[in-house]
Amino acid sequence: MLRLEGIGKRFGGLTALQGIEFSVTKGSITGIIGPNGAGKTTLFNIATGIYPPSEGKVLLEGTDISQFPPERRARLGLVRTFQNIELFGKMTVLENVMVGLHTQSSSGLFACSFRMPWQMSEERRIREKALEWLEFAGITELADVEAGTLSFGKGRLLEIARAMALEPKLLLMDEPAAGLNSRETAELAELIKRIRDRGVTVALVEHDMDLVMDICDALVVLNLGTMLAEGTPREIQENQAVITAYLGEE
Amino acid sequence: MKSDKLKFLIFCLVVLVLPLPLAKGYLTNVLIFVGINSMLALGLNLLLGYAGQISLGQAAFFGLGAYGSGVLTTKYALDPWLSMVLVALVVAGFAFAIGFPVLRLKGHYLAMATLGVGVIAHIAFNETIDLTGGPSGLSGIPNLSIAGFSFDSDLKNYYLVWSFALVVILLCLNLVNSRYGRGLRAIHDSEVAARVMGVNARLMKVQIFTLSAFISAIAGSLYCHVMTFISPTSFGFNISVELLTMVVIGGLGSVYGSILGALLLTLLPELLRTFQDYDIVVYGLLLVCMTIYLPGGMVRGIPALVRRLVPARSGNA
Amino acid sequence: MELLNQITQFVISGLATGAIYALIGLSFAIIFNSTGIINFAQGEFVMLGGVFTIFALNVLKLPILLAIVVAVVATTAVGLAFERLAIRPLKNATPLSLIIITIGASILIRGVVMLLWGKDTQVLPPFSGNTPLEIAGATLLPQHLWIFGVTVLVIVGCRIFFHHTISGKAMRACSFNRKAANLVGISVGRMVLLSFVISSALGSLAGVIIAPLTMTAYDVGVMLGLKGFCAAIMGGMGSGLGTVLGGLILGTLESLGAGLISSGYKDAIAFLILLLILFLRPQGLFKKGETERV
Repeated sequence: MLRLEGIGKRFGGLTALQGIEFSVTKGSITGIIGPNGAGKTTLFNIATGIYPPSEGKVLLEGTDISQFPPERRARLGLVRTFQNIELFGKMTVLENVMVGLHTQSSSGLFACSFRMPWQMSEERRIREKALEWLEFAGITELADVEAGTLSFGKGRLLEIARAMALEPKLLLMDEPAAGLNSRETAELAELIKRIRDRGVTVALVEHDMDLVMDICDALVVLNLGTMLAEGTPREIQENQAVITAYLGEE
Repeated sequence: MKSDKLKFLIFCLVVLVLPLPLAKGYLTNVLIFVGINSMLALGLNLLLGYAGQISLGQAAFFGLGAYGSGVLTTKYALDPWLSMVLVALVVAGFAFAIGFPVLRLKGHYLAMATLGVGVIAHIAFNETIDLTGGPSGLSGIPNLSIAGFSFDSDLKNYYLVWSFALVVILLCLNLVNSRYGRGLRAIHDSEVAARVMGVNARLMKVQIFTLSAFISAIAGSLYCHVMTFISPTSFGFNISVELLTMVVIGGLGSVYGSILGALLLTLLPELLRTFQDYDIVVYGLLLVCMTIYLPGGMVRGIPALVRRLVPARSGNA
Repeated sequence: MELLNQITQFVISGLATGAIYALIGLSFAIIFNSTGIINFAQGEFVMLGGVFTIFALNVLKLPILLAIVVAVVATTAVGLAFERLAIRPLKNATPLSLIIITIGASILIRGVVMLLWGKDTQVLPPFSGNTPLEIAGATLLPQHLWIFGVTVLVIVGCRIFFHHTISGKAMRACSFNRKAANLVGISVGRMVLLSFVISSALGSLAGVIIAPLTMTAYDVGVMLGLKGFCAAIMGGMGSGLGTVLGGLILGTLESLGAGLISSGYKDAIAFLILLLILFLRPQGLFKKGETERV
């Protein structure tokens, strides 16, 4: 599904990532873990086109998308959520999800200002679809609330609903459990499994090891900008290099 | 949806009957300019209030529209309607072309770049004396007419300008409550998130910049035919700031707010006529105070203020 | 030979106005670096410097040097009040509202000056006479020397302040990372205030020394401010040599363009340069591009 080949990134003189190479298998939940400063978020930013890699390639289903802007990647089915939740704060919850349906609709400047008949029916379809996604995430009752006033947990759910509205092939989640309490985390785990069951491949960066070990099929471990290990959760748990990186030398 | 339509119909009705009690009074004349300023403020509001992109060069597009129509009809005897369309298209094309480099900039840099465009246009109006008449202005611009019916009185021009303004208002209302409008507001709230959601932010910003230039150019053409005389002072930096003030005091991201802003700021100088030159001080105070105390503008701030005061009173009783 | 003399002349007067742009550019950069604000009212400080000096000289009958001091102090007071009344009340303001508020403040200041002193241009006599000096066939006014002298002093002063005093170093720390600066005990609020103080003092000083050459009026601040901003952009918004070079280059190009091509388009030249730099090298002429971290 997604393949990273020899990814490297430098900021000025600082090397943030080097020689990152792995694949995310279709239909899997892949976890990317590593200590703070390992370069996980940088890797996500490169995968989603927030900035280009200094070297290497990002391949989505065989297509080289390294130089594509984020909006084009989104159309190809590569969507992400953010660590600190990037909602459209002044819009309602429903409208946020309706923006997520942007790629599923097409009315342009002209059709919208003249209220063409096809635009009106498309608008109805968008609204219905958006309501369905709110139900999927279990936040239907919040539809008309301004998104900026949501709690962190609800905001996270909205962000996921909005991302799902794009009907992505691959969903990248940047620390989805950050800031959630244990009950919310358990609900999140269920939600992520339901997303996978809908045929969406998931890759996530996460610190919460219980969550990662519970839901992930494959893990990639980064440390100081390089690949440390790759394998199933069980293999990683027994990997000596990983244990050293996390716990330090004995 | 229903109430939006009703609101617009009521507004149309008000516009229709407003000049009747005023008869031939000079207030009708002022209301013409309220109409023109409404169009300009709306154009800026689409850009600033919805897409969150500032422009301090709106007067340039207004001026290009006015001078384009003025020059084509006086020097080349072109049909006014034809030249209005031509000029609006050319100005929109120009905005589209400069839109790509300009709107790559953000915040303060964007403000300075658009300001630069505005100042250069203003200098050009002053210096291309052969075409524009320079600082002494361009006169003898014909009134608009349809099949022999000439728009030569205040009342006629009032209906002419306001029919344009109402169309613009309706189109803007449609636009902001649509897929496209949501895309713009998403860009305003978080450009990165909007792009990750598949919103083509770069293109949409340029498109809306182009549309606002197009509306401003039409307003400029109308202005020159209503006035029959134009000079560069009507298209300087101060005008761009005045438009900004209208949008801010009316309410960023509110269509009717822009009209309210245009109304207030067009009437204000008339009311302050006895204290000439005070208006610039008042604009300054308004901009500073509104931004600090009523950042949502009048359309949102005043209802909120009333809500806050009314329960407080009932609470005491 | 005739042309060469002319060009020398244009370059000299260009460098003099360029030095002024450099000072104004520095005053922009100082506020920008400690607050992230481009102060659209910066040009008004420049105007106030000139207007206050003339007032102190003609009405208060002060000697010129004292008048200058009074004007700079008075402008600084305005800058201080501006920060307190308009900038500080806005917590977590968006760039948009900061732009709007500084524009509002600028037209407010301009309007008040117009009401108090009228719309007429006012003249400040040169500080030390008008007898021109001959250099390489071109004439140099004593005021030019004042401008160059003051500019050099200010640049040296800034250098010492920002690199060798506690307050200066603290301000630089704020510009690199406000949060971190706050954590090590620097009062960011006070640094912001200080930056407005220094910046308005610098701006007004620029306004004072240019006034004898160009005359002054309530509305001269707009253009001077914008050109100072242009200089700062050329220098990459740094408070160092880049901005000074930017100002000198801008002043010289403008003077040559006005002299050799057309004086009517003089102001347009500055803005064309501004647009070109914003489009092509927004990080400034002398800096290497760097990727921004999100």
